[in-house]
Amino acid sequence: MKKILSIALVLCMVLAFAVPSAFAADTVKIGMVTDVGGVNDKSFNQTSWEGLQALAAEDDTFEVAYLESKTDADYQTNINTFIDEEYDLIICVGYMLADATREAAEDNPDQLFAIIDDSSCADLPNVACLMFAQEQASYLVGLVAGSVTESKTVGYVQGMVSDSMNLFGIGFITGVQEVCPDATVLQYNANNFGDIAGGSTAAKDMITKGADVIYQAAGGTGIGVINACDEEGIWAIGVDTDQSSLAPEHVITSAMKRVDVASQDISKAVAADEFVAGVHLYDLSNGGVDLAPTRDNIPADVLELVENAKAAVIAGDVVVPTSVDDCPAFTLDD
Amino acid sequence: MTKKKGFLDFVSESTFIHILLSIILGFLVGAAFLAVMGLSVGAAYGRLLNSVTSLKGFSYVVVYSVPYIVAGLSVAFSFKTGVFNIGAEGQFVVGSMAAAVVGILCGSLPKPLLIPLCFLAAMAAGALWGIIVGFLKTKWGINEVLSMIMFNWIAFYLSNFIAGIPAIKSEGSAEATKNISSNASMLFSKDFIKSVGLCPTANWGILVAILVMLLVWFIIEKTTLGYELKAVGYNKFAAEYGGINVNRSILTALAISGALGGLAGALQLMGMGSRISIFSSQEGFGFAGIVVALIGVSNPFGVFIAGLFYGALMYGGSKLNLVGAPTQLINVIVGTVVFFIAISVIFRRLKFLKKAPKAPPKPPVSADKKEVQGT
Repeated sequence: MKKILSIALVLCMVLAFAVPSAFAADTVKIGMVTDVGGVNDKSFNQTSWEGLQALAAEDDTFEVAYLESKTDADYQTNINTFIDEEYDLIICVGYMLADATREAAEDNPDQLFAIIDDSSCADLPNVACLMFAQEQASYLVGLVAGSVTESKTVGYVQGMVSDSMNLFGIGFITGVQEVCPDATVLQYNANNFGDIAGGSTAAKDMITKGADVIYQAAGGTGIGVINACDEEGIWAIGVDTDQSSLAPEHVITSAMKRVDVASQDISKAVAADEFVAGVHLYDLSNGGVDLAPTRDNIPADVLELVENAKAAVIAGDVVVPTSVDDCPAFTLDD
Repeated sequence: MTKKKGFLDFVSESTFIHILLSIILGFLVGAAFLAVMGLSVGAAYGRLLNSVTSLKGFSYVVVYSVPYIVAGLSVAFSFKTGVFNIGAEGQFVVGSMAAAVVGILCGSLPKPLLIPLCFLAAMAAGALWGIIVGFLKTKWGINEVLSMIMFNWIAFYLSNFIAGIPAIKSEGSAEATKNISSNASMLFSKDFIKSVGLCPTANWGILVAILVMLLVWFIIEKTTLGYELKAVGYNKFAAEYGGINVNRSILTALAISGALGGLAGALQLMGMGSRISIFSSQEGFGFAGIVVALIGVSNPFGVFIAGLFYGALMYGGSKLNLVGAPTQLINVIVGTVVFFIAISVIFRRLKFLKKAPKAPPKPPVSADKKEVQGT
């Protein structure tokens, strides 16, 4: 009797493994590969994934999945997993994946890719590079910081020094100096996107030196910055997503990158067979970057100033610098 | 007494069975978590099994396993010799960085020269990392666990520092080193990989891992050095009384263990990564080595199998998201397995469970005793 039962159980298991999940023929499969920050980084990995989830929820022809990378060597493996599973589009989140994406795209010319925050693959016919004008969003929050600071000292914490990351600092400092030319901008490179305690220490150090607004572009490290600002009762500025929920009383605004919109756009393009390779720039003019929608903490006159500046950038009257040479006050690159 | 051994006797005496039980319990606990989350156990474990049993999948498993096996051997070697090499993480990091520096700067050397040179550099760096800690321990009695954990972080930041040096850093936008020269790469040729259908990172690192396994077994079991190291591991006072230089033994053990840790780093770099990124958090190969050494009960052959098992979990586990299950499930399983191995003494107790009911049929003895007392 026991034998029959165990055989029956084994059969059940085998059947459970063997029956392939049935897919509708016109399903569009979108796979997302995170960088080592993981999918819950409260930053662009998470935003992209939320965007894809929202897309799958409203339109069930989309099937979305993500793979997390734990080490640098996982990027290639994860991309290859999606290729083997015949996904229609593979979204690689972050410039860390640029080399792995290039290699996979060259080896698999029929596979479509999108990569966020990298333009080095723009020459490939099967890669869409989703770029964000982060200096524009940072410029706007810089205007906010320069307007609300009373001590004329603001802080800036960056997660890593690189051309792409430096754009945050350059835009921010340009904004601050435009409304408050004699402001001091304390700058700190955490060299780490995951060090909450380190971010908190850096922020407290800046607060001791008189900073009353701190902007961070540092992933998880930045969460420590916001926590410290919340404890000390000064303004913090969020990045990438609307980080107001982390400290509603003290996050004055966030420099949003609509990574979710970008991921949705490119997915829809693939579904409609309208995929375009090359650089897709998301900036203020198409709503790809902006101030976060939570604006309760911003004084009305400052908000008006920011809206005017935004209009000026969109009209092309103001060009936010993108090079360290145009922003001598930015010192992290030295 | 040629009594046939009962099932419980067998279970309670065999270390192999303890580990097997621990692994089964690990998967059961994982299944319980899946059930609580409302996910299909069959789909998740089926996915895990599917992804490691195809030829391509299995070649991935082998590739993933190599650094775990060698890091596991590094930790197992230290266990055998009475020190706890929790610093394999740091040794792994300095080892892979040393191999990367050699592999980038001496890229023009021919393959048969460059690959051994990278290995040597990695082993020297790892050994140095072990010896410094050993020196602190033997000279001033600083506990190796504390200094090793700190040395892991020194290695972490040292690696990030070196990766940022212009001669080493990638010329593109990547936050990583340049790729090592193709002469330092251990990958199979692309044509071979395609024709056999292996994974794109298939390489001959596994052969090195097998060699290292045999070497570790030989040193520990067949040499005077191994005998001395083991003696110090069992009881350093007795070893000292027996004329063994304990301090020198500890230094040697940490140097060899460190060299293996460094070699693991080189194998990962030259077989799979080709470059080292600027870390934002520890990658954890060395810590995984501790887990592998525990599962393999510090036996070189056991560690080899445990490394393959761990590699299979890591590779198969990375695909769990495709069926909606979290990859963290793997951590739950591995954690549970290690937990049960750590308390595997309870399996030994199973024998006593069985013997307990045998006690009652002994009344004649006590009756006799009473009679004796009576008279």
